[in-house]
Amino acid sequence: MTDEDLSGFPLALEGPDVPMVSFRTVTKRYGELVVLDALNLDVAEGEMVTVIGPSGSGKTTVLRMLMTLETINGGVIYVDGKPLTHMPRNGRLVRADSRHLRQMRSNIGMCFQHFNLFPHMTALENCMEGPVHVLGIPKAEARARSEELLDMVGMADKRDQHPSRLSGGQQQRVAIARALAMRPKVMLFDEVTSALDPEVIGEVTNVIRRLVAEHNLTMLMVTHQMGFAKDISDRVCFFYGGRIEEQGAPDELFGNPQKERTQQFLSAVKEAN
Amino acid sequence: MFDWRWDFTWQILPRLVIATGNTLMAAGFGYAIAVVLGLVFALAQRTPSRTLTFVVREAVEFIRSTPLVLQIFFVFYVGPQFGLRLSPWTAGMIAIGLHYAAYLSEVYRGGLDSVPKGQWEAATSLNLSTTRTYFRVIIPQALPPSLAGMGNYLVGIFKDTPMLSVIGVAELMHTATAIGSETYRYLEPYTLVGLIFLAISLPTAAGIRVFERWVRRKLGLS
Amino acid sequence: MSYVEFLSQYGDRILSGTLVTMVLTVLAAALAVAIALAAGLMRLAPNVLVRGTATVYIEIFRGTSLLVQLYWIFFVLPLFGITLEKFTAGFVAVGMNLGAYGAEVVRGAILSVPKGQWEAALAINMSPATRMRRVILPQALLIMLPAWGNLLIELLKGTALVALIAVADLMFQVKQINGTTFLSAETFGTALIIYYILARFMITPFMRWLERFMLRKVGRV
Repeated sequence: MTDEDLSGFPLALEGPDVPMVSFRTVTKRYGELVVLDALNLDVAEGEMVTVIGPSGSGKTTVLRMLMTLETINGGVIYVDGKPLTHMPRNGRLVRADSRHLRQMRSNIGMCFQHFNLFPHMTALENCMEGPVHVLGIPKAEARARSEELLDMVGMADKRDQHPSRLSGGQQQRVAIARALAMRPKVMLFDEVTSALDPEVIGEVTNVIRRLVAEHNLTMLMVTHQMGFAKDISDRVCFFYGGRIEEQGAPDELFGNPQKERTQQFLSAVKEAN
Repeated sequence: MFDWRWDFTWQILPRLVIATGNTLMAAGFGYAIAVVLGLVFALAQRTPSRTLTFVVREAVEFIRSTPLVLQIFFVFYVGPQFGLRLSPWTAGMIAIGLHYAAYLSEVYRGGLDSVPKGQWEAATSLNLSTTRTYFRVIIPQALPPSLAGMGNYLVGIFKDTPMLSVIGVAELMHTATAIGSETYRYLEPYTLVGLIFLAISLPTAAGIRVFERWVRRKLGLS
Repeated sequence: MSYVEFLSQYGDRILSGTLVTMVLTVLAAALAVAIALAAGLMRLAPNVLVRGTATVYIEIFRGTSLLVQLYWIFFVLPLFGITLEKFTAGFVAVGMNLGAYGAEVVRGAILSVPKGQWEAALAINMSPATRMRRVILPQALLIMLPAWGNLLIELLKGTALVALIAVADLMFQVKQINGTTFLSAETFGTALIIYYILARFMITPFMRWLERFMLRKVGRV
């Protein structure tokens, strides 16, 4: 991990079609267990990519690495053309220090399976925390923008409630507003409906549908809602054993999967529903 | 046999009340030291340095496993052997503050560990600085589960102040013993000391429970 | 005087003090366990008077200092016609004090035995006493053992106070040696290390062993 040869990786991605996110032979190991095996994945600006696959296939790890919640063991991740996991030093790439990570992280927002709202802050305070104390936006401005976002996710009337007073669906919508308040270029949705009761899943997926329709955000989503993934994605990646087994437009991948493992997975999911 | 003398009781009460002031002052100072130093001990065990974690962890274990009264003697008498003379008050505050800092660091550690991992991850995803994450996100959530333990040790430090009498701090127990040796009457002074302790520690313990509920409500955690 | 010389000259007294401390600890621990079980069970009794007695006992001993209790038992109790020899007064005070703390541990452990166990015992028509003895207490014992590990260390530390009524324990011996030699670092430092060894390398391993033993006994390993 220390002496890896990074000479093959460019210091920055240049050209007309630089992807917003680019994984270049990214490897992640926990001890002996290889979670991601030399992953290559590009996500274009404004593209919505959904990651599906059985549990343990490494799909959540992809998002967590992009949010810098996990370190990587090999390869380089680029965001908006600049290296995320590494930084240029004297003409070569070295491991990113905390300053570089802080700088690069401002491009990325994330929503979690268990919402992770700060329980001691109201919905509005959750949304204002980052803009005021990280971005340094004046309070009044941050408040106006947060209220706007809470309104967009349909939570304006609950803005002064603490998370413990909100349902799961409501908490997740606040979490989406909180992430958007940081004005990220890339949004990550990590199984955001998995912890929700079936009847409130719709209120969260509808918010994400609106985001896709009305904003030019780049998005990466891990989900078990196949119907939702099919409706909304520009591209679907099926992960298996730490690799992308198959990927393509949703109609193709769901309608006519080529690989046997994809077929097995999709039919197993269909049966379960 | 049983011969409680009320005139004697009223006569010694003022002295004991003044000494109670000293006891409360000792408990207050000692606790202030312990609260701050305990946080230092707890945070020192969360740095990336394994050596620092190990050293602080072992020191905390050592302090917790040995008698406070012995630590008080140690701090008071070892200084002069090396030319450093500490007043009874200074030595007492160092010993009792250090002792309870070790206990409080364990309370803080438990509180910090009880904050879910997702809170750290959410703070990272919002790009909050480490300091901001600790003071705005983690500590407010670590505080409520720590309050019961912190309250117990506030009462605990108050009840341990009589040990300071062994190096001559003029607190309640020291005064009662002085009265006893002047008058050869121990019944009233020692019983009064016990009653004064009860009269302070029981309401304090109850008050802490109320305060704990209030903080939880205030932070919107319940 | 080198530390080796110091030890060869005063080692005997330190050792005899250590033995006294150990005996005090064992006696006080036995008393504390007995009181804790009795008071803990009384706290759960349906009878208000029984419950009240235990509550008053626990609040008094937890609400005041061990040192106050020790002095009261040693200096005041004789005025009521109960004179205890200083060694006895010493371990009785420590045992009664830690017994009050232990009672709360016992009570908490009994209450944390799952409700289903109480109901299952009722369903096979056990009497309350049999249920407590055969079903609840054995499980509660396992739950409370870790807390007793901490209490026993507190108890060991508590015995150091009996030096103040001139029981010749470890604390008393080093205080005497310090009084004549003024070698404070050597005397008090040695005692600190001995208390640490007793707590960390005797009481803690013993409690670990006891936990494993009890786990085997109830077939959880």
